Amino acid sequence: MAYFIQQTMVFCIPLMIVALAGVFAERSGIINIALEGIMVFGAFIGVLTLRLLLALRFGPEQGQLLLIIVIIVTIIMGGVFALLLAYASINLKADQTIGGTALNLLAPALVLFLVLMINQQNDLNIDSKYTAANLFMFFLEDFGLEAFKNDTSFLGVIVNVLFNKLYLTNLYAILIYVGLSIVLYKTKFGLRLRACGENPHAADSLGINVVKMRYIGTIISGCLASFGGFIYALTAAGCTSNGDVAGLGFLALAVMIFGNWKPVSIFLAALLFGALKCISVGYQYIDFLSFLTEWNISSHAYRVLPYFITLVVLAFTSKRSRAPKAEGIPYDKEARY
Amino acid sequence: MENYAIEMLNITKNFSGNLANDNITLQVKKGEIHALLGENGAGKSTLMSILFGLYRADNGVIKKDGEIIDVKDPKDATRFKIGMVHQHFKLIENFSVIDNIILGAETTKYGFILKKESKEKVKALSEQYGLHVDLDAIVENITVGMQQRVEILKMLYRENDILIFDEPTAVLTPQEIEELLKIMKNLANSGKSIIFITHKINEILSVADRCSVLRKGKYIGTVNISETSKEELSEMMVGRKVNFVTEKKESSPTDVVLEVENLCVSSGRKGKNSVNDVSFKVRRGEIVCIAGIDGNGQSELVYSLTGLKKINSGNVLLNGVDLKRLSIDKRNKLGIAHIPEDRHKHGLVLDFSLGDNLVLKRFRENQFQKFGFIKKEEVKVYSDQLIEKFDVRSGEGAFSIVRSMSGGNQQKAIIARELDLNYELLIAVQPTRGLDVGAIEYIHKQIVEQRDAGKAVLLVSLELDEVMNLSDRILVMYEGEIVGEFNPKETTVNELGLYMAGSKKQTKEMK
Ligand SMILES: Nc1ncnc2c1ncn2[C@@H]1O[C@H](COP(=O)(O)OP(=O)(O)OP(=O)(O)O)[C@@H](O)[C@H]1O
Ligand SMILES: [Mg+2]
Repeated sequence: MAYFIQQTMVFCIPLMIVALAGVFAERSGIINIALEGIMVFGAFIGVLTLRLLLALRFGPEQGQLLLIIVIIVTIIMGGVFALLLAYASINLKADQTIGGTALNLLAPALVLFLVLMINQQNDLNIDSKYTAANLFMFFLEDFGLEAFKNDTSFLGVIVNVLFNKLYLTNLYAILIYVGLSIVLYKTKFGLRLRACGENPHAADSLGINVVKMRYIGTIISGCLASFGGFIYALTAAGCTSNGDVAGLGFLALAVMIFGNWKPVSIFLAALLFGALKCISVGYQYIDFLSFLTEWNISSHAYRVLPYFITLVVLAFTSKRSRAPKAEGIPYDKEARY
Repeated sequence: MENYAIEMLNITKNFSGNLANDNITLQVKKGEIHALLGENGAGKSTLMSILFGLYRADNGVIKKDGEIIDVKDPKDATRFKIGMVHQHFKLIENFSVIDNIILGAETTKYGFILKKESKEKVKALSEQYGLHVDLDAIVENITVGMQQRVEILKMLYRENDILIFDEPTAVLTPQEIEELLKIMKNLANSGKSIIFITHKINEILSVADRCSVLRKGKYIGTVNISETSKEELSEMMVGRKVNFVTEKKESSPTDVVLEVENLCVSSGRKGKNSVNDVSFKVRRGEIVCIAGIDGNGQSELVYSLTGLKKINSGNVLLNGVDLKRLSIDKRNKLGIAHIPEDRHKHGLVLDFSLGDNLVLKRFRENQFQKFGFIKKEEVKVYSDQLIEKFDVRSGEGAFSIVRSMSGGNQQKAIIARELDLNYELLIAVQPTRGLDVGAIEYIHKQIVEQRDAGKAVLLVSLELDEVMNLSDRILVMYEGEIVGEFNPKETTVNELGLYMAGSKKQTKEMK
């Protein structure tokens, strides 16, 4: 059970943070389908920074500081990468879907190219002396809770989920998620951002700088997606970067649509998709799903599950979801509406 | 020298070759209601958009209280306390009323919005000026009248003292208009200066102090309302005498074209139907008018006839053919022409050219296509002819993008397209909404000519003047039912009003 919850979180956290990335861009009026590409880029930047810092004799002793530096660099670079999309969509008034697709093509190619240059092979890792786990992970022992090790009672499960094999990135992600959700709904900035995605002409007539808000929305989007990419690389991909994040960026888009562009619903949607993904890759290890192994269905069938369910769920729910009204339309001040 | 609250001097604005404002001067005194009158496309909205900073003038200066100001964008306008209610509202539909009002002028602490304080401030304002709104309602769910009050509150919340109203009454019911005019007077009395654009001269006569007139982008003159008349104003505006009463012969109806029997249209909600057990006939050579206060089922009735909404029970026959299960396209082919209520939603493809919009219902005819390819040349020739005939004014003729055209000219484009179809029945809903008096005169004449040529006309109008002026028979709708039938020569506006408000009802036998 503890394993199931933790594995679900491994997927759920990057999904929700990247879906929130989508929300910030789209609520400002910019469609960001480049989430996948930015994740790939973020994963690369994160791993690269970590690798370089380790080479500078940073070590496990400064693990948590190291992690924070890496996250900050990743976030900043993600924002910079998203500037490409912002410039193309806002200044050049390019079609945002095509611009995003271009970034999705560019990111893996660029990353693979750089990885090959740096490492002379198809993936980039950190020095094999270290693993992500021994650098950053907290265990029960670190909190003096080793008594709960194999405890399967309710309390035991909770303690294990919260304090065993803990990456602080998840905690940071959740804090950022909650913080930004509040910003989106309770602050002046959030109100204005949402106005730009709904009716930029109205926003403009109230003295709101639509171009600026859309830039900020897209940059925040890039920051979050990049962070999400790094979380994925760290917690699910063993700290490697190889130009791929397993389609998580696209899944995050689906989560965003399924969650109707609203943080709370997105969190629930991400949980659902995270659980499915977890089942699909690790059903053999989940105690209460042992019957699945007994059915003798090819494991490939389970692997398809999250993507298949995405398709079905979206087919039925997307009609009811309501996208920001002005998303995807370049803002033209002199055009009538 | 006079003291003016706001002055616009020698304003010129050119939209790629189309001179929308040509050396215009407008001077507004403090505390007055200053009307701005002009034909469709005369440049009123453009002039006001310049004052509000949405467009930049190519030439000219703006002065506030005697000092030159530079209004680069709406932010500056707000800084100079200039506010505007736009012809098409600028509201965010899925935001609440309060969020719409405070947007852009939020009171905050550490970036967080102070909702409670803002609400109190808005409440105080709405009480002071009698602007009733529900602050927590979502804008897309409230009536047009309330949306407009939200727009007014937006200006008051920003403590604006120059208030621009661009055709505020075009979308309102007569009751709402009366209320609005009262509010405007209140505002002027409290020291605000108001610029009021409308095509309805009666409204100008009843509230305005002075009136400036524009024609084809040029300034014609300013008059004191106390020293002028309806006739003089309309003559200044169109450059000739305008006839307010449409001349028409006695109608001589022949065969029945449209027959509606016990029609019911569900409202989607439990309980009452939006159209309930309605029966009537429209014959060749007559104009039947449906009068009523907005929201009493007229729109749904028209939707069900044209195919935009499902008929739940009852029969609708066009020349004997049952329309009930036919698609919109089939109904059109059987001879329905439709001037829709919402020109943006159902009337035009805003990002298509004017020419393409004018052949929107006919492009499959052999005249306009060969092997499925549109004959562009034919479309141009045909649309030029309609543009000329109906005096549709725009920047680049058939090639103008409809979105860039003025509201009134968009309406004229629809009317031109529909009246030129080879149809049996014309369904016209508020056909003259947003048109200037000259255009209204022309459209009314056209409709009567169509009648005399043997067409059947079903007119839906909220404006009693139009109803009395055009119709041969009047049906009054109240809460989805027809509550009375009248001959316009034997009834009065007052009598109609009683039926429209539901305080009187004819029994089956009387009809
Ligand atoms: N954004 C624009 N781009 C191009 N042309 C424009 C634009 N805005 C207005 N025009 C043109 O300028 C002219 C004046 O338009 P305007 O909207 O000011 O007229 P109006 O007096 O408000 O008319 P109405 O009574 O029909 O609303 C019209 O010919 C219109 O086509
Ligand atoms: Mg106008």
